[in-house]
Amino acid sequence: MQMYDLPDPRGHFGPYGGVFVAETLRHALDELREAYDRCRRDPAFMAEFHYELKHYVGRPSPVYHAKRWSAMLGGAQIYLKREDLNHTGAHKINNTIGQALLARHMGKKRIIAETGAGMHGVASATVAARFGMKCVVYMGSEDIHRQAQNVYRMRLLGAEVVAVESGSKTLKDALNEAMRDWVTNVEDTYYIIGTVAGPHPYPMMVRDFQSVIGEECKVQMPEMIGRQPDAVIACVGGGSNAMGIFYPYIGDASVRLIGVEAAGEGLASGKHAASLSAGTPGVLHGNRTYLLQDANGQITETHSVSAGLDYPGVGPEHAWLKDQKRAEYVAITDDEALKAFSDLCHYEGIIPALESAHAVAYAVKIAPSMAKDKALLVNLSGRGDKDMQTVADRMGIKL
Amino acid sequence: MSRIAGRFADLKAAGRKALIPYITAGDPLKASTVPLLHGMVEAGSDILEIGVPFSDPMADGPAIQRSSERALKNGIGLSDVLKLVVEFRKRDSKTPIVLMGYANPIEAMGVGRFVAAAGAAGVDGAIVVDYPPEECGPFSDLCAKANIDCIFLLAPTSTDARIREVARAGTGYLYYVSLKGVTGVKSADAAEIAAQMPRLRAASKLPIGVGFGIKDAESARAISKIADAVIIGSRIVQEIESAGPEHAVARVKALLGPIRKALDS
Repeated sequence: MQMYDLPDPRGHFGPYGGVFVAETLRHALDELREAYDRCRRDPAFMAEFHYELKHYVGRPSPVYHAKRWSAMLGGAQIYLKREDLNHTGAHKINNTIGQALLARHMGKKRIIAETGAGMHGVASATVAARFGMKCVVYMGSEDIHRQAQNVYRMRLLGAEVVAVESGSKTLKDALNEAMRDWVTNVEDTYYIIGTVAGPHPYPMMVRDFQSVIGEECKVQMPEMIGRQPDAVIACVGGGSNAMGIFYPYIGDASVRLIGVEAAGEGLASGKHAASLSAGTPGVLHGNRTYLLQDANGQITETHSVSAGLDYPGVGPEHAWLKDQKRAEYVAITDDEALKAFSDLCHYEGIIPALESAHAVAYAVKIAPSMAKDKALLVNLSGRGDKDMQTVADRMGIKL
Repeated sequence: MSRIAGRFADLKAAGRKALIPYITAGDPLKASTVPLLHGMVEAGSDILEIGVPFSDPMADGPAIQRSSERALKNGIGLSDVLKLVVEFRKRDSKTPIVLMGYANPIEAMGVGRFVAAAGAAGVDGAIVVDYPPEECGPFSDLCAKANIDCIFLLAPTSTDARIREVARAGTGYLYYVSLKGVTGVKSADAAEIAAQMPRLRAASKLPIGVGFGIKDAESARAISKIADAVIIGSRIVQEIESAGPEHAVARVKALLGPIRKALDS
């Protein structure tokens, strides 16, 4: 692959990405782009970002060799990038730290965020508390019921959680509502988008902040096994943890990049959230990308056991990597993810987030047919504490 | 000359300002739309904006969101909206029709197919909220060939350079969003809008319509003193919501009557 330098100055990854927003948001996005351009070239800003990552988030996160389970599977060695060990329990904080610093740099006093499972909401509420900013989190009322603990967590951290009652009352509607807040309060408000979607510069900026994951792996893997892994595997909802670990590897053609979407109850059932595997290109939330939609171009409701993958779109850079065949995208069902979830608990003593369990499930699927000296690097993007209720419900256990 | 340009030329000659109401197609019922359109013309409307329902109306406030949800429950898609325009045109070949909505339903139909079908149905203009000029080159080129005006939005936050850029791309009229926010939540401030007008007039000779936040005869009259057209959406959609299918036409006509009078006074 040639030198990879996307997106172009207007935020396009080939036909994807861009700035598909109402004029009312245009100026705010221009301001954001200019501020981010300044900050990412500013050594003092980047030093502050890395200081926070080290001392507040706890980076670098280790890479762990799941030796026992790999031996049981009898094939490729599975390595886990332990983003679950970060402060707040997932990769989301890498991005919220970066954007909160940017918000402060821009003089914004109030931050808003959308959240589905609540992890990005918690990570946003956390950095707002850390930097002394007011924080409002938009969350679909359906998700508020499903993720009561995270709602409480956000409120403990001082954030206001606003229930979104429009549309399907889930993540996509929370994003719409956050955009509406932003357009109304654009002078003093900074909108922290939690994934590599939305209008430019968000997909690029969130990827850049998250790419610390892959940058660390590029150093850690040679230290552990003397070379880079044969494949990097990550779950894809909006796609931020996957872009974060893929991005530094894009130029290295010897490393397969595999994104794992949520197949829910199976792609044929229609109850899934696999926009790359089963969607078509369209325009939503400020960018062109693959979407789950009906024949009339209405966005359809999605399903996944993991709320964090339950999104009908996907970051535009993934759409481009798919079309270019630089990354492969596959899908794992709820049942397969739950099996991987409990196996990882049993065999390695690690309780993964249900989102991350999708990536683990795919690694487990392909490892047995690979040689023992092959290495699969899985992004364990979050821990499963938040999923206790969901898993217990599925197993018919009352907590 | 397009039907929209013709209508503005006639109004200017008569010293009148344009009244542009908005309704969402298929709300509250599919059968309501065409009678509502005719009723609004009878109440003195000059150009009609018809909303194409979308599942994710990011720039709209609660009133239009709910109308969009009702229309979607009635199964209204973009092709249905075009059929409603055909139906309207059987009795009215003069009143310009502008479709307003979001990019995805158009992309799902196919940009080329949409423009051809819209032209054939008698659509005169399109406002695609999330299609800024720099992202919709192929669409606006096709529209130009089909004699469909591409109407773009401008906002209080638009810089002078941006206003010039958008003014160059737009045809028909410029849609000035009167406030920072979504449709129908806050009230338009005529003095603030008046202060913005010189920037807009310097950039474009197109008529300027002002929308978002105009709710009654008084605010409409204030805006009409500074703009060429007054655009009213959420207030009408609210009226339809509270009136229900049976009384929607009468109530919307009763709402628009005094506004028309205020514009002409």
